[in-house]
Parts: sequence; C-alpha cells; structure tokens
Amino acid sequence: MGSAMGGLRTTGDLVAWMQMSRKMKINDAKQYVAKKLGVEVIDLTDEEKMLELREELDIGTIISMSGGSKGIQAKCKIAKLLDIEINSVNLFKANIRDFI
Amino acid sequence: MHNQVMTHLGDGGRIMMTKDEIAEDIIRGTNDASDRAQIPSLTKEEREQLLDIFCEPGRIVSVSPGEEVVVTDDSCSMTYYADQENSGMGIPMSRPTAILNWERAACGDTCCMGHNDFSYKPAKAVIHYEANEYYSTSQTTTIPMFYGSQPNMGLYFRPDGPFDNPAELLPIGKIDEARQAQLDAKQQLKSDLVYIGKELNQVGCEAMNFDTSGSAGDADMAAALEAVRELKKIAPNMYMELGMASEFVLGMHGKIFFEDTRLAGLYPHQLVKVAEAAGVDIFGPTVNVNTTETTPWNLSRSVTMVKATAEVANIPIHPNVGMGVCGVPLYEVPPIGAVTRASKSLVQIGMADGL
Repeated sequence: MGSAMGGLRTTGDLVAWMQMSRKMKINDAKQYVAKKLGVEVIDLTDEEKMLELREELDIGTIISMSGGSKGIQAKCKIAKLLDIEINSVNLFKANIRDFI
Repeated sequence: MHNQVMTHLGDGGRIMMTKDEIAEDIIRGTNDASDRAQIPSLTKEEREQLLDIFCEPGRIVSVSPGEEVVVTDDSCSMTYYADQENSGMGIPMSRPTAILNWERAACGDTCCMGHNDFSYKPAKAVIHYEANEYYSTSQTTTIPMFYGSQPNMGLYFRPDGPFDNPAELLPIGKIDEARQAQLDAKQQLKSDLVYIGKELNQVGCEAMNFDTSGSAGDADMAAALEAVRELKKIAPNMYMELGMASEFVLGMHGKIFFEDTRLAGLYPHQLVKVAEAAGVDIFGPTVNVNTTETTPWNLSRSVTMVKATAEVANIPIHPNVGMGVCGVPLYEVPPIGAVTRASKSLVQIGMADGL
C-alpha cells in the first residue's frame, strides 16, 4: 500500500477504472484521468487538491460528507465523468429508468 | 556492523549483509531468471538501482510522488474477519463491513469479495447468496469491486470431486488416464466459471478476478483462459483480471493449447500474450520465492521476470506481491521492509502498472 495511489483519499479508484475498462497502462490511465479532471498527473495523488476536487465533483470522498455521494450514486457520476461503462451503474440505471 | 545492511531471507528471517554481498546476490538472482525464462538480465544501471533500494536506510521505502500505482487484491478485506488459514485477524465483522473498511480505512484503490474458501467450486453451490451479497455491497462501495476466487481445479479430483486424481494416476504410470481426468475436470471447471460469471453479471458485477490460475497445472490455466474468452463475449463490461499461481505454467498434462500456444512451461512474459488474446483486462505475473535464498536474490529474480513481462504487455500488469511471491518472503507476517522494497523495485525497475 506504500506505493499505491490511495483509493478515495486521492484518485486511485478513477485510475483503476481506466486500467480495467480500457486496458490502459498506468501512465496512460493517469493522463486520461488527469485530463478529465483538468489537473496535472502529479496532482492525482495530492490529498489536499483531490479532496477538494472530489467534493466539488461529488464523486465520493474519504471523509464522510453528510448528503454527499457515495456508493452507486458516486459511481454513476464517475462513469459519466470518465466516459466508461460500469456494470453496476448500468444495472442501477436500467432499474430506475421509469423514474428518471 | 559498519557497512552492514539489514534484509531478510526468503523465509522472512532477518539477516545482515554487506553491500557487496547484496550486489552479488542481485547478479545471481537476475542471471537465474534470465537462464530459466530465457530473457535479458537486468542492466548494470538497473542492478545498481535495486542495490540502492536495498541500502536505503529507512525501514519502509516507497516510490517517488507521481510514480504511485493501482492496487488490486485477492480479497484482502477477508483478512479482517478470517482466521490464520487466510492470514486473518479474526475480528467479528461481516463481509460487507470488511469491504467498506478496506475502502475507507485501508484506502484500497479497488476492493474484492470472495467466497471464504476462495475457490469458485464452493462458490457455485451458494452463488445466489454470493450474488445477492455482491449486489447489496456494490450499492455501497465507490471504488471498483471485484468478485474473486481461485479456479483451483484440484478440488475437482477425488476425494474432493468427481474425477480421477492425476496425482494418484501419474505415479502408477497411467499417463493417458491422468490426462483424460484433467481434460474432464477442465471442462467442468470452465463450465462452472462461466456459470458463476453469468450469475454475477446479472447483478451488475463490475469485475472478476481469476486468482492463482493454473494452480493445478496447464488444464487449470486453460479452463480460466477459455472462461475469460467466453465471459468477455457474454458480459463485455464485466472486467477480468487473471493472476498466475507460479512463475511458469505447470505441465501436469503437457499437451494443452490455448489457440496455437501450448500452455505448459509458459513464463509470465509469454503467458501475458495468451491472456491478452483471451480478453484479460489486467494480468498478474507471479515469480516464485526460494526460502533459503536472500531477498536481494529473490527480488532481483522477480524484477527481471516482471520487467520482461511489462515490456511485451499491451495490457496493465499487476505482479502478485503476497507472501511467497515476487520477492516477498514466504512468511505469514511478511517483514514490512521486504514488502515495501519489493513494491518499489517492481514499479520502478519492473515497470509494473499496479500491484
């Protein structure tokens, strides 16, 4: 974990999604995420910047924000932000399509 | 103690070595990997970089800012509630709670749910329970969530399964019978993996991990690869990770092919190309650890094989860094100095995309 991205503390989940969904190597995945977030690659593991950005985008934060997105709600926003398919999100949207 | 560096044996025992001794073991390790896998040894610069990592004074080391990588796991959250058999801590805690702890306290980049036995065969019998719990947990997790287990074809042989046991047939010279038993088991295993994958896809499973594939040899690996290929057609958005059981595919059958490639004897840099052809999204190379050699020897060997894999891979590779593989000592409480040195060198020299 000492060499890991830090998950929700920073952007580890977002970079992981790009490796999984587009088979991206680590540098390509980071550049893709950085571009989508409008930041530099080095910022992706900057806890201060990423906490503020994740809160602003409402895509889930490591600190529990009352009323803030987490879980499937956050993943819906992440799928849209990264322009990727997430199976759980697709199922969730299909299940509620008559209500949105 | 002057000029002495603290490191470990492959069994986790703490030892002191001089810088020259470490350098010598790094050369021996990389040359061993080169000889066995028929790949280039580490360059002089890479060996010096690895030596520097071993000689860093800190107990824990890490990559530089900007070099961090993604971590996937084989249900590490299970260690919260499991017992010693799974290197667990025995905390009375539910599986979903453990996964959320992994996400929000341990800060994993991804998380993973698996059957307690961590094999797909027992998971099949309770797949609706597993699918239900995956579904409800995935509604609460924000990071990518895998369903992981081992293909573990060994469970399909007598006395645990329906097929004759090759380990009993081979010593008495029944080669053809042993091969047929493996082919029969392979078909059943593949069928089970696809069945489980389909069930999980129905509940929106985000990804599957075929962990420790090939533990029962080339037929085990073939079943996993064929299941991946089939599942990618059925469920293209359910992403697939496949990790190796050992540094080369054991030829328990010896004549099993995936497409045009014979699986027996493939090292990570060769198997990754087969995995790509099958549709694997993330590949986990494994390199064995020799418990009587030093960590410099073991890690040098591992970095050499992982680097060769990274150089040819078109998909991300996440080397396995559990106890007893890729330079991490074979001990159930792995020394943190050895673990972090393995992580750093596999990323910086081995060019790993994750761990």
